[in-house]
Amino acid sequence: MSAHNEIYSLTVNGELHQIHDAWIGENLLYVLRERLGLLGSKGACEQGECGSCTVIMDGAAVCSCLVMAATALDADILTIEGLRSDDALTDVQEAFISEGGVQCGFCTPGLIVAISHLLDNNPSPSELEVKEAISGNICRCTGYGRIFAAVQTAAVTRRGAKS
Amino acid sequence: MTISIQEQTRQRGVLGSSAFRPDGIPKVTGDFSFSSDLSVEKMLWGATLRSPHPYARIISIDLSDASKISGVETIITAKDVPGKPNYGLISSDQPVFAKDVVRYMGEPIAAVAADHPETCRRALAAIHVTYEVLEPIVDPEFAMLASTPPIHPDGNLIRHQRIITGDTSATGTHVVEGTYVIGMQDQAFLGLEAALALPDPGASGVELYIATQWLHEDQSQIAACLDLPKESVRLTLGGVGGAFGAREDISLQVHCCLLALRTGRPVKMQYSREESFFGHVHRHPASIWMRHHADKNGKLIKIEARMVFDGGAYTSTSPAVLINGVTHTQGPYVCDNAIVDGYAVRTNNPPCGAMRGFGVVQACFAHESQMDKLARAIGISAVEIRLRNVMKTGDKLITGQVVESVAPVERCIRETDAIPLPPSLTEQPDPLDIPGGSGLTAERSNIRRGIGWGVSIKNMMYSEGFDDYATARCTLTNGIVSLKFATAEVGQGFVTLAQQIARSVLGVDDVVLEPMDTSIGSAGSTSASRQTWMSGGAVDGACRLVRERLFEHVGRRYGIDPICLVIDGTDVLDTVGSLRLSVFDASQDVVLEQTFEHHHRPTEDLDENGQGNCHVAFAFVAHRAVVDVDTELGLVKVVQIATAQDVGRVLNPLSAIGQIEGGIAQGLGLAVMEEIIVTGGKVRNPSFTDYLLPTALDAPKVVAIMIEEHEPQAPLGAKGIGEPPCISVTPAIVAAIRDACGKDISRVPVRPQDICL
Repeated sequence: MSAHNEIYSLTVNGELHQIHDAWIGENLLYVLRERLGLLGSKGACEQGECGSCTVIMDGAAVCSCLVMAATALDADILTIEGLRSDDALTDVQEAFISEGGVQCGFCTPGLIVAISHLLDNNPSPSELEVKEAISGNICRCTGYGRIFAAVQTAAVTRRGAKS
Repeated sequence: MTISIQEQTRQRGVLGSSAFRPDGIPKVTGDFSFSSDLSVEKMLWGATLRSPHPYARIISIDLSDASKISGVETIITAKDVPGKPNYGLISSDQPVFAKDVVRYMGEPIAAVAADHPETCRRALAAIHVTYEVLEPIVDPEFAMLASTPPIHPDGNLIRHQRIITGDTSATGTHVVEGTYVIGMQDQAFLGLEAALALPDPGASGVELYIATQWLHEDQSQIAACLDLPKESVRLTLGGVGGAFGAREDISLQVHCCLLALRTGRPVKMQYSREESFFGHVHRHPASIWMRHHADKNGKLIKIEARMVFDGGAYTSTSPAVLINGVTHTQGPYVCDNAIVDGYAVRTNNPPCGAMRGFGVVQACFAHESQMDKLARAIGISAVEIRLRNVMKTGDKLITGQVVESVAPVERCIRETDAIPLPPSLTEQPDPLDIPGGSGLTAERSNIRRGIGWGVSIKNMMYSEGFDDYATARCTLTNGIVSLKFATAEVGQGFVTLAQQIARSVLGVDDVVLEPMDTSIGSAGSTSASRQTWMSGGAVDGACRLVRERLFEHVGRRYGIDPICLVIDGTDVLDTVGSLRLSVFDASQDVVLEQTFEHHHRPTEDLDENGQGNCHVAFAFVAHRAVVDVDTELGLVKVVQIATAQDVGRVLNPLSAIGQIEGGIAQGLGLAVMEEIIVTGGKVRNPSFTDYLLPTALDAPKVVAIMIEEHEPQAPLGAKGIGEPPCISVTPAIVAAIRDACGKDISRVPVRPQDICL
């Protein structure tokens, strides 16, 4: 594609990135992956149905495939890469491993972002609240059983760490 | 601090423990590289032009406008395929690019390489193809008539197989029949088709990073189309985001390699979800008529069946799917007399091939629906009719093959039956918990509960004389084991199992997995519930050979007969003397390396009467479904699935339950949600907006029991567990819906109008 001389900035995981010479119609998922090299967010449906591309934008979980990147100029964007403050795994990431929530792993980053967001806002979700919160994240491998287990384990760990 | 033996076992990650996945950490951090995450400097993007028509003659293809677009590097069509113009798993009848005729909607016609995906899209839009549109042949019954013109030079009947056994004139006091229709299901893996091709200098070869189920089969098919020696086409497994059968056939492999060889630059291709619906094969839609004859006690006397599988435009694995269908007609029940005719037919519908359950899903929906009909006719329960006919080890299939596998069918049924039913629906349930869910449409007073059963038998490994062996290499040095195999890890967890095997056999903790690629012998396909058995057998064999070398090495050094040595935990132990030496110390400064091929026992073709030992081994499972149905609106909520599955031996409990729950969700999808809607040969819902997949809110409570009776034929005593969970759960759910609403439903997926109209 020829250059369009468009420059805009995005704040991703607390860092300001300048996007140069990009086609203005690119969606946030494409920009995160192909222009910023943040490959943790995945694309699987391009229609906001599967949640593999879930990121947090100004405190709300969104499908980054449905956000036009150039409209996210003033937003704070948090991706799977920004969840960890140091090298340690988060409680949700640990729980996905210990409870068997990972198979092929393609839905995993989106689910971990969505579940982290859920637990940040609701530390003790009921079973139905968990199901509703992640009903926009499709997993084709696990049938969700081990993912529910991971959410409960992470919630317990988090409550234990706080008390 | 003392830790229990169980914890020690888990920490070491040996066989039988819930060892953690070696790829778990990168998968939860987002660092795991899927094939769609690959990129290199100066990489081009590739894209495919596809036919909008299910059946048409190609009059002309005009590339002139598209070629002028800035950023377009090359455009290729059928005339640019240097080698074999066609490919296919069983019959090479599918063109790399359509030349004179397109036979299904979405058939590839051209491919473009350009600097940006958007440039590719513009170039595809600028290619002008003139078609003479033909009337598509979409009804398999019509397609296979002798008077119907062939869609393809190979004809419209892909395969017919008859099975006749016993007394064909036998009949019983009770006769029930029905015709059952199974819709087209999509595998719907999340990680879309993607590959990166790196050309060798001078176009002398190519390296392909690809998400596939079988690297070596791809390699052979690609090399033939490229007219390159096999060794010049080197494949490495790119991270695979699920497969479920959809990655067994060629999709973008040849196109991607051709574009890279033509441009001399790396080319990446990646399908969109819509393109994925056109780019891979689906589960065969089928129409199955069955007539069951039984005596007054419900004992099966004879089964008659006629099965028609719609193979779509190209062969793919249709002949093998058909054989699985007809040879599983009887289900896990004894029946001496049978007449079965099965047809796999070519139409102008989308090509169909492998999907989890492979032909048995279709047969099972029919035979289980029939067993329920029989139970009603005789006046006994769904459980009782099944117990009265249950298959055991040593019983004969309608093919004449004796079931030598462990066959705990009765235990599967009884243990499932003993699982407590869920509590009944409360008078004021949470709206999310009832049919219709967040749509908030259901009224409590319209909801009826139903219970249904399904039991199945599934073959494992490839059939009909095919030697789908697996290869593995094990290297032990300085206390570290390296394993090399070409087994496609598609999410199922073979990587975990391989490490567990090496830790158990060799007493090491550190097991390094080398890249999965074609630099070692084939592992066969990650399909047919076969990798635990086959590649597990290969890894186990290679590790055992290395252990022999290790004992010889230790024996020589310490003057001990190697036969006295065993592995005890992480040590080499002399069972008659006093030597105890850690494997770490014992393997210092030596490199012990062995390669092993595991072959299953030979099988044979079926004869013209469908007789022969065509399958390797079998696994069994029972499912009981509890559903709530809104009979007014035709909405279904699957409340609970109880299951007991014959697994041989549990090698990793966490992986096993994941396979069971995941398979159940896919079977639930086929029962009540998932269907590729095809009318006039055109796919009407190629998106996740219109093709509905089970979400977290649709997931039932799963209560699973694993029946462990070691399978003596299996290298590790363990049967494959991938396919059984998704097979009989579908008829169980439909039976539960029938129970709730009283309607005689005979097709899947069950649609609201099937219940309420």
